[in-house]
Amino acid sequence: MASKALYSHRDPVLKKRDDFEDILEERRNSSDLRYAFKCYTPVLYRGLTPCKAATLKSMVLQSEQLLHVINQVSAESGESTDVVKDEAAAILEEMAHRLQLRTIRFFAYTLSKAFKALYRSVCVNEEGIQRLQQAMQEHPVVLLPSHRSYMDFLMMSYILYTYDLSLPVIAAGMDFLGMKFVGEMLRMSGAFFIRRSFGGDQLYWAVFSEYVKTMLRKGYAPIEFFLEGTRSRTCKSLTPKLGLLNIVMEPFFKGEVFDVNLVPVSMSYERVLEESLYARELLGVPKPKESTSGLLKARKILSEDYGSMHVYFSPPVSVRSLAQGRINRSQFNLTPRHVAQKPSEETQAFVNDVAYRIVRLQQENMVVKPWVLVATLLLQSVEGMELTELMEQTSWLRDLARMFGAFLDWPDHTPCSMVVSSSISLHRNLACVSGSRISLVVEGPQGPETPEEALFNRAVSVLSCASYRNQVLHVFLRPALLAMALSNANSSRKEDIYSCFDFLRNVFSDEFILSPGASVQDFDEACHLLVKCGAVELLHQDVVMAESGRTVLSFLTLLLEPFLQGYQVVCRYLREEATENLTEKQFIPAVRSFAVKLHLSGSLKCYEVLSSDLQKNALNALIRLNVVRRVRTNEQVLFKVNKAAVNSVEDTLGGRIPTQKSILARL
Amino acid sequence: MASIGDGSERQRIAQQRLRVLAGHLRRLGAEERPGVAAQECRAGAGTTEPDDKPPCSVPKRRQDIMKWNGWGYADSKFFFNKKGQGEFTGKRYRLSGLILPSLKDWFEGTFGANLQHKSPAVPSLNTSAVAPPSLNEAFVEELKSTGIPFSHDTEDRVFRAHGHCLHEIFSLRDGRVGRCPDMVVWPNCHNDVVKIVELACKHSVCLIPYGGGTSVSSALECPPEETRSIVSLDTSQMNRILWIDEKNLTAHVEAGIIGQDLERLLNESGYCTGHEPDSMEFSSLGGWVATRASGMKKNIYGNIEDLVVHIKMVTPRGVIEKSCQGPRMSTGPDIHHFILGSEGTLGVVTEVTLKIRPIPEYQKYGSVVFPNFQQGVACLREVAKQRCAPASIRLMDNEQFQFGHALKPQVSSIFTSFLDGLKKFYITKFKGFDPHHLCVATLLFEGDREKVLQHEKLVYDIAAKFGGLAAGEDNGQRGYMLTFVIAYLRDLGMEYYVIGESFETSVPWDRVLDLCRNVKERIVRECKEKGVQFPPLSTCRVTQTYDAGACVYFYFAFNYRGLSDPVHVYEQVEHAAREEILANGGSLSHHHGVGKLRKEWMQETISSVGLGMLKSVKDYLDPNNIFGNRNLL
Repeated sequence: MASKALYSHRDPVLKKRDDFEDILEERRNSSDLRYAFKCYTPVLYRGLTPCKAATLKSMVLQSEQLLHVINQVSAESGESTDVVKDEAAAILEEMAHRLQLRTIRFFAYTLSKAFKALYRSVCVNEEGIQRLQQAMQEHPVVLLPSHRSYMDFLMMSYILYTYDLSLPVIAAGMDFLGMKFVGEMLRMSGAFFIRRSFGGDQLYWAVFSEYVKTMLRKGYAPIEFFLEGTRSRTCKSLTPKLGLLNIVMEPFFKGEVFDVNLVPVSMSYERVLEESLYARELLGVPKPKESTSGLLKARKILSEDYGSMHVYFSPPVSVRSLAQGRINRSQFNLTPRHVAQKPSEETQAFVNDVAYRIVRLQQENMVVKPWVLVATLLLQSVEGMELTELMEQTSWLRDLARMFGAFLDWPDHTPCSMVVSSSISLHRNLACVSGSRISLVVEGPQGPETPEEALFNRAVSVLSCASYRNQVLHVFLRPALLAMALSNANSSRKEDIYSCFDFLRNVFSDEFILSPGASVQDFDEACHLLVKCGAVELLHQDVVMAESGRTVLSFLTLLLEPFLQGYQVVCRYLREEATENLTEKQFIPAVRSFAVKLHLSGSLKCYEVLSSDLQKNALNALIRLNVVRRVRTNEQVLFKVNKAAVNSVEDTLGGRIPTQKSILARL
Repeated sequence: MASIGDGSERQRIAQQRLRVLAGHLRRLGAEERPGVAAQECRAGAGTTEPDDKPPCSVPKRRQDIMKWNGWGYADSKFFFNKKGQGEFTGKRYRLSGLILPSLKDWFEGTFGANLQHKSPAVPSLNTSAVAPPSLNEAFVEELKSTGIPFSHDTEDRVFRAHGHCLHEIFSLRDGRVGRCPDMVVWPNCHNDVVKIVELACKHSVCLIPYGGGTSVSSALECPPEETRSIVSLDTSQMNRILWIDEKNLTAHVEAGIIGQDLERLLNESGYCTGHEPDSMEFSSLGGWVATRASGMKKNIYGNIEDLVVHIKMVTPRGVIEKSCQGPRMSTGPDIHHFILGSEGTLGVVTEVTLKIRPIPEYQKYGSVVFPNFQQGVACLREVAKQRCAPASIRLMDNEQFQFGHALKPQVSSIFTSFLDGLKKFYITKFKGFDPHHLCVATLLFEGDREKVLQHEKLVYDIAAKFGGLAAGEDNGQRGYMLTFVIAYLRDLGMEYYVIGESFETSVPWDRVLDLCRNVKERIVRECKEKGVQFPPLSTCRVTQTYDAGACVYFYFAFNYRGLSDPVHVYEQVEHAAREEILANGGSLSHHHGVGKLRKEWMQETISSVGLGMLKSVKDYLDPNNIFGNRNLL
């Protein structure tokens, strides 16, 4: 199996993690102004000859790589090279950062104020910082933080400034440039801006990739970008995007640097700033455009309590050691290195594996707050539950999560009830206690509301809550898939259960981070964990539920139930209502209104199917399974649905027909 | 240019040339002036020891003047005297008899070595430790009847059982000897070789050709799995220049002649080949052909493949040679290129016709200091682009520059040391060169005086564009002298727990810097990972320039105290370094050859089809693997 080298089976529980330090503590005790004007002398990359941002630009414009593409573009378009060169310079002008210390100091001051207002603490693992410092001296470093909030990159630069480390240059979306002043401020604090899509634009790609590679080769500054490509609205990790990762690895493949170090950074928020914004966005309320006035209006969030925040810098991952035995670097020997080559299949597979590995490392070191467990349990009893029962179950779930290797931030020596009630009070916008019962808060207008409005408001609460549950899914995902396979499979034979597991894993591989080709390892890991917690037993060729395993297994099945139901609804929509000419644009609104209809008729209880994220993922899964075909016509993209096959997927998901190799083949 | 016909002028040039050569070799006995031997081989005349043989710098009994467990002449070696100062013994080299005051500090500082910690070699060869020869009696009987001299003396056999790879020398110093040839034969001419090869085929004996014994690719190692009797065919007695053709400027030479003798004899007639590999004191013409050797001055004279006009080789299938001496032919693939680089797997090269040139009128050394290695490489690239490379141009990195300083002899006067100090001040303080980054290029110009001076100016002007400062003739000359003594230095290291080796590659210009950096770094890292306790010396130099790339040499050495199997660690690191070279677009070898050391990479280097082509040639020429050294394929 291709990815064996990267995903050796391991016991997630045995992982050692560093301790945290609160960096706000010092800020609360000493002058922010002095902090902003402190002497900042970061350790630099040992191969670096320092240069200005402007020099960097001219290096890029004069690079062989770019000149080659400029000549090509000019030959193809018939325009003179000077015109194309000007175009390239304009692209670079729009893109390039103008990192300067002044702006950084300004941010250091204002962010100190803001962070102190927002957060109780910002905890950083200092050992991770030390490892990072070491790595920054030795090799070009790429910082790969998780992306849940706009706060992420501000926080990253803030932390690096605090610890006197080189400030990163950050790949940011062009949308920020729409904000007056703020866009330029970000640019001066190290952000460079890339268009969201530039598919066919050869020149743009060349300028962009050469810009990034030049900074990397020179060791100009650590390069920071988000593997997930965009903020995750669901707080689940998103399927990694490979473009930038490809770019930063290429200088190593081509021998231009000895090694590149990738540093996964896990940023966990006790309360995400954008929580209800995200939920609305998922339900189809358009995302507010980034604007300065919007930002100013958002000032009111400063008066709220967002709990604590944890940032974990994982140990640097050496691309060289990952590539050992997987990438034959001499494949680049026969073409001049400035001529861009399409990455070979072997390279693509490798980059993909690395991307998944990094995202999994981000997940593993993501701190799980007590509230996450509470939210998980609340979602399994949407109508509310007794507080005492919640306490009991939370404590049970805490032990299970620990056993499965979760990185829990659970205060020592505090009774469970205290922990639970304090996290409920922090999240009182989501859950409320009335009497002895606890239930989800549903905001609504004062006056009467239509059934649709009621449904929408309820869905906002559920999806907001789900965004917390999602933060612990990676811990339970593999055992939960196995639990589901156990209940779907019609025998207890290991092969049958495995094929069921593999099918589910395949279907959900857009929904969750499941490394391609690692099915067997995932199955083994799931078995290992479930055996360890006493939920199943392995007998010869059979996997059977243990007597005491019912609670665990039903919890795990319920955990994935919303996704299972959601996918089934999407299937049902495609089977019952999709027309011949279903376009890409129509799909999401149509599924949504189909689900709303089912809800209102009372035949559907699941809210998560209303999430556009789930709808998109389900569609992608069906495309991947060859059940739906994307057809590109002149103007638009159409979906052609094979209804019989959809039916069969739906039935298999529901456990009504067994997964067999033959069915998979037919699909 | 002097007229070639003018005898006295020729003499004069020859004398001058001799002085020049003696300048960097300082050989003894250069004043002996034997004539050029143009006699036909007197094979079968009962005696194969012609009285009029020219004296050879390396005798049949190599043990008389050579080290048995190290490099070169027995009388020449480095050692630390009682005061802890470095010294070089003997009288053969410019460095001989001189005191090297900074060597100790450099040595201890670089390797973390200590003069108190010695790792001495066993004092002498324990002949009883060598397995007795397994002789093929029938072969020996028939060989006797031909009158060709042979021996199965243990020392003779051990001397021909190895080249100069680290593991070979390390074992010898430990008193360990592996599989040896069972006997040594010394053919005196082409016909002798024909007879020996016929007999070997007839009696199924394995033949391993032996020239100068300077291989660094495990090419001379006897395959341990070989069950037949192994005969080392030592070509050293085939060392005559058979004729010189002044009209065409060619010389026909027996292939056993060693480099210094060839140059010396040609010089007497006013000519030279200009082929000067670093090993030229000991390596042979046949060996150069068999390994595709490269000479320091290839920019003027070409590498061995540019120098040969005609080759005669004896194979089990018969003798292979071309029918004429046309300077270029379109007659299908050039059969010379099957022979060049065949590493003794196809037959024995017996006679070669080489291009010769009149001895150059004037020779001048030079050197340039660059602020850093990048600038130096950029300068060399520009020089190559303008095709104005001097006879030799080499660029040392900073570590080698410092090493060169460690070998500076004690200065004779206060004035010199004052001048040195002034120079250093000028470069580091006035010009702002960082002593930890600057590097030096050494230059050698050759030709007629006026052109040399013009050429020199051109090169220094280019260098100036890359921040280079002329640093004098003396530094240049010392750089070249070091080439000849550096191999002796390894023996010194081995006395104090330091082992090392050099290896080379060729690489396109645009990758030179990346390759140098990555390979050096890889060496350092691998050493650390493999448990080497001290940081290694990992350094490189660019030694040749071509239109499309350069030849790069790496020197690598480390202190092995605390390691249980240092040679294995060494080999792992060298292996990793070679992998790194290949991954960075470097070649498997520029001129050392493949031997058995680098065989594993041949398929990826020349493709499996390419390997098949070579195998089919081997199968045709030598179906019974008489030339069974198992190199290359």
